[in-house]
Amino acid sequence: MAEFLIETIGLPGWLAWTTVAGVSAFLILNLIAGGALVFIWAERKIAARIQDRLGPTRTGGRFGWLQSLADGIKLLAKEDLMPDGADGLLFRIAPYVSFCASFCAFIALPFAFDVVGLRLNVGVFFVVAVLGLEVFGVILAGYASASKWSLFGAMREAAQVVSYEVPLGMCVVVPVMLAGSMDLVTIGEKQAGWFTNWFIFHDPFTFVIFWVYYTCAVASVNRAPFDLAEAESELVAGFHTEYSGLRWSFFFMAEYGSMFLVSVLAAVLFLGGWNGPVPVASLLGWSDGTAVTAPYAVRLVGCANLMGKATLGVLVMMWIRWTLPRLRIDQVMTTCLKYCTPIAALMFAGVMLWQLFLPGGLLPGSRSQAAAVREAWLEGEADGAPVPEASVGFVPAAGRQVVGVSR
Amino acid sequence: MMLIATGTVSVAHYLVVGAIMFTAGIVCMAVKRNALGVLMGIELVLNGANLNFVAFGSSYLAGEGRPPLGLDGEVMALFVILLAAAEAAVALAITLNFYNNHATVDVDRADDLRG
Amino acid sequence: MTECLFSAMLAQLPLAAVDWHGLFFLLFAAIACGAAVMVVLTDNVVRMALHLVLSLGATAGLFFLAGSEFVGAMQLMIYVGGTLVLLVFGVMLTAQTQLVALKTPAGDKVLAGILGAALFAVLVQSAVSIEAWRRPGLAEVAAPTATPLGMALVGVRVDAGDSESDRRPPSGYLLPFEIVSVHLLVVLVGAAYLARAKRRRTPRTVELVASVESSQPSRVDAGASESASSVLVETGR
Repeated sequence: MAEFLIETIGLPGWLAWTTVAGVSAFLILNLIAGGALVFIWAERKIAARIQDRLGPTRTGGRFGWLQSLADGIKLLAKEDLMPDGADGLLFRIAPYVSFCASFCAFIALPFAFDVVGLRLNVGVFFVVAVLGLEVFGVILAGYASASKWSLFGAMREAAQVVSYEVPLGMCVVVPVMLAGSMDLVTIGEKQAGWFTNWFIFHDPFTFVIFWVYYTCAVASVNRAPFDLAEAESELVAGFHTEYSGLRWSFFFMAEYGSMFLVSVLAAVLFLGGWNGPVPVASLLGWSDGTAVTAPYAVRLVGCANLMGKATLGVLVMMWIRWTLPRLRIDQVMTTCLKYCTPIAALMFAGVMLWQLFLPGGLLPGSRSQAAAVREAWLEGEADGAPVPEASVGFVPAAGRQVVGVSR
Repeated sequence: MMLIATGTVSVAHYLVVGAIMFTAGIVCMAVKRNALGVLMGIELVLNGANLNFVAFGSSYLAGEGRPPLGLDGEVMALFVILLAAAEAAVALAITLNFYNNHATVDVDRADDLRG
Repeated sequence: MTECLFSAMLAQLPLAAVDWHGLFFLLFAAIACGAAVMVVLTDNVVRMALHLVLSLGATAGLFFLAGSEFVGAMQLMIYVGGTLVLLVFGVMLTAQTQLVALKTPAGDKVLAGILGAALFAVLVQSAVSIEAWRRPGLAEVAAPTATPLGMALVGVRVDAGDSESDRRPPSGYLLPFEIVSVHLLVVLVGAAYLARAKRRRTPRTVELVASVESSQPSRVDAGASESASSVLVETGR
């Protein structure tokens, strides 16, 4: 898009890049905030249905769909309390730390082929790393609240997040190994074609490791049954016991943002990203298999595909939350260190051996033509062959120049 | 402002930033009485050194020629990060043990072995 | 026509001449250095941890700016997300009221300040003394990839040239990589041993506190023994 602004409208480079950055940031911010509104409403309805209740029914008509907006207005109007013994500065900045970490991780997350805020060469690790920073907000909140409940919640969170980063990192490495790249866009593109090309169906080991990833992701975003940091039956409300009003809602938005984030990451890494289960565009002849020549509509459909998969992931998290009881802290640690980590390590080795001995899969030639074409195109791109540049999406591949090399 | 006017970042800029972090770390290690404060000083020192490694290994900062360290700079930085993690884990375990036995983290109180 | 006029007007703005790379460098460098200095100046250990997080996070930004994206991501993931969380965890475990802010004697501070200033002068002098190091960076550089780094870690150097001086002995990193992994394993075992839950610990700790209190009353003041008993409660839990 920046090239479009520079070449067609004639804006100077810095203004074009700034505009593009602003637009991307605006879209991502609204995605998080709007997503939180929708997901909170969905969670209340789903929870109610699982517990044989109705949930919100009155606000905004038939299904109570305005409930989360009404909640938001209530939160805005609430008095902002701070405990007497609290550490003022830390207490104030903690929610923003949490929210910013969740927000920053979205920067490197692709939503369709070229629809990515910043195409980073180490995208996978950037997302996982920044997501891990969210814990600082929780820890600061827990410490600064000057409350025992908060401190206990924060300490549980610290122990849990540090532990779960290990198996999470191992699971994330598997698609990186299969795709031969840490770039999320490349990883997504490598799974084009029929759904059999998705990495989850690559071999039995990846199928297992997907579920390990999902478990660890649920744990690392603090959702039940791993929500020990805010175990409301033991710790009042855990790390956000002393928070109310707008600051509390920032924690909430961060939580829903992270849920969505790990679901998008799961979709990109294992579930084919923006590629649908059936390559409709190729079958209808709209596209010759490479994303560059694909019409704009295909890209939009890809975006919708990814959103659908990610939403499904979030809905499953809600289902788990209202079905399973909370684990004890020692059970959480056991799950991580005695089950997730060894399983992930074994599966990692398994995938490696599979790649070594059966690189073509059990049925050679079962990978569809589309994937082969696109792979060839990706190789060409890596070799620096001229690729026709379609200036669609927020920031094309050269977007890293914003910080990197623009002069 | 000078930097913006001339429009260049060179290795020396990174070295100066690294020097500030290194010095801050050394002073931190010398001054703090809290064992965890001393640990934080160590982390700062390691990061100052890491900045130098990365600066010397960056082909972007090297200008026309090849970077003085090439890939070695980045690899060394990775090793430093890994070893810093290991060091922090052990040091933290020692500190917590000390705290359990003496109910303090003041390094000046750790003089049990003084003859 | 209007477009040309528009862009000409925009070109007049001083902003167009701003070097964004330099600006971001200044921003990250200021955060990194300022937070590092604040770590030294703050007495409250929790604030120190916060400043340290800021400083190391900004350092990761500097790594990104230098084109070492992988090192920057690792800095964020391992250092800030792992090591520092561990450190903050330790701070919270030991943050008793009387330990949060341990005062340092003013004499020590002055002495350390003088030494630090001297060290800083030497470092800066050597940093700016070499002309080659002050050479400006490139305006354009190929997008960095982590592939050469990974190849180097498994023992293949792709950046070595063909000239005679580059034909050094094989300088892969396979052996250091293995050594570091074994080292990490040893550290894992060692840390688990040091911090293990001692099952028969409770009565011994009671004895210890009691003996310390009886033999050296000046050593442990009332507050410390109180916190020692709270340690007991925690380990008992």
